[in-house]
Amino acid sequence: MSEDLNAICNQVRRDIVRMVHAQSSGHPGGSLGCVEYFVALYFEVMKHNTDFEMNGIDEDLFFLSNGHISPVLYSVLARRGYFDVKELSTFRTINSRLQGHPTTHDKLPGVRIASGSLGQGMSVAIGAALTKKLNNDSTIVYSLHGDGELQEGQIWEAAMYASGNKVDNLICTIDYNQKQIDGSLDEVLPMGNIANKFKAFDWEVLEIKEGNNINDVIDVLNKAKSLCGNGKPICIIMHTEMGNGVDFMMGTHKWHGVAPNDEQLADALSQNPESLGDY
Amino acid sequence: MEMKDTRSGFGAGLNELGKSNPNVVALCADLTGSLKMNEFANNYPERFFQVGIAEANMMGIAAGLTIGGKIPFTGTFANFSTSRVYDQIRQSIAYSQKNVKICASHAGLTLGEDGATHQVLEDIGMMKMLPGMVVISPCDYNQTKAATIAIAKHQGPVYLRFGRPKVPNFTEENQKFEIGKAILINEGKDVSIFATGHLVWEAMEAQKALEEQGISAEIINIHTIKPLDEKAILKSVVKTKCVVSAEEHMLNGGLGDSIAQCLSRNNPTPIEMVGVNDTFGESGKPKELMAKYGLDSNSIVKATLKVVKRK
Repeated sequence: MSEDLNAICNQVRRDIVRMVHAQSSGHPGGSLGCVEYFVALYFEVMKHNTDFEMNGIDEDLFFLSNGHISPVLYSVLARRGYFDVKELSTFRTINSRLQGHPTTHDKLPGVRIASGSLGQGMSVAIGAALTKKLNNDSTIVYSLHGDGELQEGQIWEAAMYASGNKVDNLICTIDYNQKQIDGSLDEVLPMGNIANKFKAFDWEVLEIKEGNNINDVIDVLNKAKSLCGNGKPICIIMHTEMGNGVDFMMGTHKWHGVAPNDEQLADALSQNPESLGDY
Repeated sequence: MEMKDTRSGFGAGLNELGKSNPNVVALCADLTGSLKMNEFANNYPERFFQVGIAEANMMGIAAGLTIGGKIPFTGTFANFSTSRVYDQIRQSIAYSQKNVKICASHAGLTLGEDGATHQVLEDIGMMKMLPGMVVISPCDYNQTKAATIAIAKHQGPVYLRFGRPKVPNFTEENQKFEIGKAILINEGKDVSIFATGHLVWEAMEAQKALEEQGISAEIINIHTIKPLDEKAILKSVVKTKCVVSAEEHMLNGGLGDSIAQCLSRNNPTPIEMVGVNDTFGESGKPKELMAKYGLDSNSIVKATLKVVKRK
């Protein structure tokens, strides 16, 4: 199974660098770092319908809070069957449903909230989780957040609310790549121990030590699932490497929002064999 | 005349919705008593969410609650319902086209003694600029109650603005509230006075005073600022040929500004605007503040005398 999933990851990485290259615009670094997480969620962990309905009754829901990593979301949604993979070629172009940052505005299947202005997705995920409880719907709400995004105050309003009100059908993952636009977290605004911060807010905290190892990602997500319903929201600190899978993009914040040129694209593609067919 | 606060109209309407619509849920940021949400909270505790002093989170949770079919009503002061959370409303509610009803009390100067930190006078402008946002400002208790019930049936985001003080409750009980439909209160031929919120009553007072001076004023209650009932406005000015707008809001971005746009595009007509002119408020009794900042019936009379000469 994980071999198949790794092959999908390769294709998703190809999609990401090709989409960003085509318009010389977008965010490859964070997208590449979260490929395994998205593939694990959409191909293994979540119960979901590709026949998209906004209300998402009786299915797990996912909210992307750090909307700038839209390339990985779009690629995985398309590869999973939410819409035709050909549409990936319209990313960031005029009249496209694949906006720079995800939106519900153009009715792209799979997207339930606009994101891009940071710090808002955890609150939205809590709201969706509360509605599930009101509807006696036992499915789960997932969300993904950047580590730099935790500098937004609204995140901590949401964190307080979720534990104080026992929102225990919620699994929020933090993409802990320790980098943001202006440099490392420590250079920009030291965050200290993020796991301890969530523990202090009375969350159940898990860790994915190798966020770019899909087996590790699946194991911890499944463990998180099994802990739902115990009275606490769940936070997963997921260690990832920005730019993972493209050697010259790894280990630096410089590819946060920069597109590869033709030569760099060829290099990146040579490192990730085509598995499902390019769009 | 019975005196009642518009916020109590909201509370009563919300409680009725609790009974009639199981999908209606309510959120409050530590102002349940001020917003008159206690009855709903007591009667429907499983559908009431106390979020604490965290308005940004409240707006996000409200957006999320719509996913799965709930109709969230958020309640806090108008300032904390708009300027404090503008980006949350913009991205998570308006741009995301979520069915959230943003219910805002203590709007304008009549909040009184708390002073300018709480007296938001820019909220209508901010909210009407958001694509898809409906902006409603009812005039009394009965109308606020009717508007609260009506907005639950509208699919999409709504901003409902009301206030703190007890004011005359003069509109019909159990009235039908139609979003976007202006209400003719008094027919006249010399001037059209378009008023919203607390200023509707002041306009009616002004109409009596103007009548004594031989001026026949048409009074129209514009309870919905967006979408604006342009048809009703244009129909009235064809007859009167001059306009006074009246609102408890900044002139920039308010009702008068919307009417002036409509007139200049369709039928340029002299207009005088009663509202707050590029200044913050201050502490004081509501009546004192309305007089000092030129928002009472006297100010409407003065504006009318000026505008009829410009015809």
